Amino acid sequence: MSAHYTDTLAAFLDELPSPEKPATDLSRRTFLQASAAVGGGLMLSFALPRGASANNADAFAPNAYLRIGTDNKITLVSKNPEIGQGIKTAFGMILAEELDADWSTVTVEQAATDEATYGSQFAGGSMSVRLNWDTLRRAGATGRVLLVAAAADRWGVDANSCNTESSFVVHTDSGRKLAYGDVAALAATFPIPAPESVPLKQPDQYHLLGERITGVDNHALVTGQPLFGIDKAIDNARYATYVKCPATGGRIKTANLDAVKAVDGVIDAFVLEGNNNVQQLMPGIAIVADSTWSAIKARRALEVEWDETDACCDDSESFEREAQALSQRHGDTEIVRRGNSQRAIANAAVRLEAFYSYPFLSHAPLEPQNCTAWYRDGQIELWAPTQTPGRGLSNVAELLGLDESQVTIHQTRIGGGFGRRLINDWMCEAAAISKHSGLPIKLQWTREDDMAHDFYRVAGFHSLKGAVDSAGKLSGWEDHLISFSSDGDRPVSGGGIRATEFPAPLVDNTRITQTLMPLKVPTGPWRAPGSNGIAFAVQSFIQELATAANRDHLEFLLEIMGEPRWLESGNAGALHTGRAAGVIRHAAQAAGWGRELPANKGLGLAFHFSHAGHIAEVAEVTVNEKTVTIDRVTVAADVGPIVNLSGAESQCQGAVIDGISAMAGQKLNVSKGRIQEANFHQYPMLRMPQAPQVDVHFIDSDYPPSGLGEPALPPVAPAVCNAIFAASGIRIRELPLLSSGVRLA
Amino acid sequence: MTTISVNGTQHDLGDIDETMPLLWALRDRIGLVGTKFGCGIAQCGACTVHLDGTAIRSCSTPVSAAQGRQITTIEGLADGERLHPLQQAWIDHDVPQCGYCQSGQIMSAAALLAETPNPTDADIDRAMSGNICRCGTYLRIRAAIHTAAKSGKA
Repeated sequence: MSAHYTDTLAAFLDELPSPEKPATDLSRRTFLQASAAVGGGLMLSFALPRGASANNADAFAPNAYLRIGTDNKITLVSKNPEIGQGIKTAFGMILAEELDADWSTVTVEQAATDEATYGSQFAGGSMSVRLNWDTLRRAGATGRVLLVAAAADRWGVDANSCNTESSFVVHTDSGRKLAYGDVAALAATFPIPAPESVPLKQPDQYHLLGERITGVDNHALVTGQPLFGIDKAIDNARYATYVKCPATGGRIKTANLDAVKAVDGVIDAFVLEGNNNVQQLMPGIAIVADSTWSAIKARRALEVEWDETDACCDDSESFEREAQALSQRHGDTEIVRRGNSQRAIANAAVRLEAFYSYPFLSHAPLEPQNCTAWYRDGQIELWAPTQTPGRGLSNVAELLGLDESQVTIHQTRIGGGFGRRLINDWMCEAAAISKHSGLPIKLQWTREDDMAHDFYRVAGFHSLKGAVDSAGKLSGWEDHLISFSSDGDRPVSGGGIRATEFPAPLVDNTRITQTLMPLKVPTGPWRAPGSNGIAFAVQSFIQELATAANRDHLEFLLEIMGEPRWLESGNAGALHTGRAAGVIRHAAQAAGWGRELPANKGLGLAFHFSHAGHIAEVAEVTVNEKTVTIDRVTVAADVGPIVNLSGAESQCQGAVIDGISAMAGQKLNVSKGRIQEANFHQYPMLRMPQAPQVDVHFIDSDYPPSGLGEPALPPVAPAVCNAIFAASGIRIRELPLLSSGVRLA
Repeated sequence: MTTISVNGTQHDLGDIDETMPLLWALRDRIGLVGTKFGCGIAQCGACTVHLDGTAIRSCSTPVSAAQGRQITTIEGLADGERLHPLQQAWIDHDVPQCGYCQSGQIMSAAALLAETPNPTDADIDRAMSGNICRCGTYLRIRAAIHTAAKSGKA
């Protein structure tokens, strides 16, 4: 695993890759060559990895993604982690569609962590479908071609006279049928065709894709079967907790380990110095006990004196004051400058300035970090709920000084990712504790550990200036983003802004600058990094400008889009103004934009482009005093063809709820380097009574399919805040709503 | 000597620390891991089980309080192979995303339907407000509860 991989992964997560970027990543695979296709999308040419049992007469496995037994059992393999984005079902559907398998009889299993076979395996950046669509279709289609060839051979007929149907090969003229399992052994003896030579279905031939399919693990989930990392049980495993300094970077001066060891159920307690890499192993005290409860209880007896010489001492109130002061000038670094924004603003018919801010957030996946690790005989085996198993494998190998071949990582189902589990610090802790103790151990973080040691969504501050000319057109745009750097050079993850960020490329006079304040609080990608804050500031301010210019927000926004075109020439992963206008119109129409509403009700619109997805949302709210009821959110999305309609709709609904949850009440305060919020009573998650109706509309689109884990989240906060303004005149410029004195009913 | 009855089966837990929350006794000692750990302070509902038919948060209930009473967990909700109507409705509505909270959600919903067979949206909101779904599947949860209630077998 090279550093290069980590770099390209970071690029996936922090910004939308241009076609060149995924191509860079893909090129590391031995079996894939990617190139930008004319007219957009990725064109892949490749040889599929061979299945493990290709030469086994009891099974047909033409590649590593599918296996058909002579008993007719069809097994499909999902290579990427399942974090709730529905990828196990979606990947299974893509394979089954082209294989023409009977969905009701297939089994989908989680792949081993094996990047030599599968290429990069990760859940992040809404990239799974984008990067694997073509591969998986060809993997399924290759199987189908071989099964047809085998059946034709058995019948002594031309393969072209045969078709397939629901796990059977059918001879069209005679109506004879052979089950896939009945020709599997014969098919396994046929040469595997070049993947690019196999025919793929046309969309009108699909039986599965675009349908509503329930999740493949749902039966196991609703009956409480072990699926998650936290559910892993191995014989004789001990239970561990790991206590670190609440201010990141603190070291242990003294710890009363003897008193801890004397607690009932405690097997051992020891200090690990770590490697001073916050993404791997920081100093801490490991407590190993005979149950999770004993380990948690023993922490109460632990007394530690921390050496905080090099520790984080950040303070969020100071950041807010400093950002306010910085907002009065342009930023230190120019991101983009075109035309003369200063003159445009000075000459404007309407000019506005505003300061927008959003706070640090925790990911708070409901399954607290955990990992089961068993170090023995110079090898280690881990069961890990990770979004980046390949990266975790190299992290553990590096930390323990092992060759990567000595590390085995089993992918478990994951109780929520949201970006937190892209980083494998907890995996490194489990590995180090198992090695030090010589025991198989299950490391369990508490919720308080999880909230105190996250890689947080970075706070951000935007000083915005805008101009509308005498024709009512947006004529000038300035955004000074005040964010953070942990290395004194580059912005932290999710803390940057691109020169192409909407609406900069569409305004004649535009200037985006950036100032970075030093930060020690660890940060990382949080669902739709960057976008989740930028959209709030940008889309709210555009409504402010439209309102000040007496323009209808919908018309004003559509006018900014202008003629349909790609904003970055030759980049099909970029914003297309026609697709943008399409979803904006669709959402507005579906939500009844422009209709008469009672005095305390309002509609709010927002659009955001991220992760190759064009998404517009309209919120309808009722405001009484400073209490807001969100009645409905309408989502219109253009993400290309839909794989699983149920899963896609669910991702949009969930992203809207998640976005509202953060917008309404979530804020982390940092004092003396310590996160002040500890658990859900101080970090409120949206609950059922506050969840609005969410209507989702997908644009029928023949663009390449793109992912839905993230892009429906960014538009919801500005849509709701714009609706609050429309209903009440209250303008929200600071998140969460609670900080502005507004609460949800 | 602590003995608890889970899904109709007696489990002898020996001289277990009686302050151990029921959650950890179920998970670490009995090996029933469908009941989940989310917050440890009865804020998220992932650990919901039934104690004599009432939904409780097992992370904040000491195992001693469960002695002599009937505990039902997600693993004991189905009647053999026949799923509880809520479990079937959860599959039919494709409710789960990550799925981690769903056993707790289903146990809260089952206690609701046992008491209120035809709940209104307001009844559902009230009964389910102690259960967080971090993925935001609330709309489908509500729809699935209505479906299960209409099936008339809950």
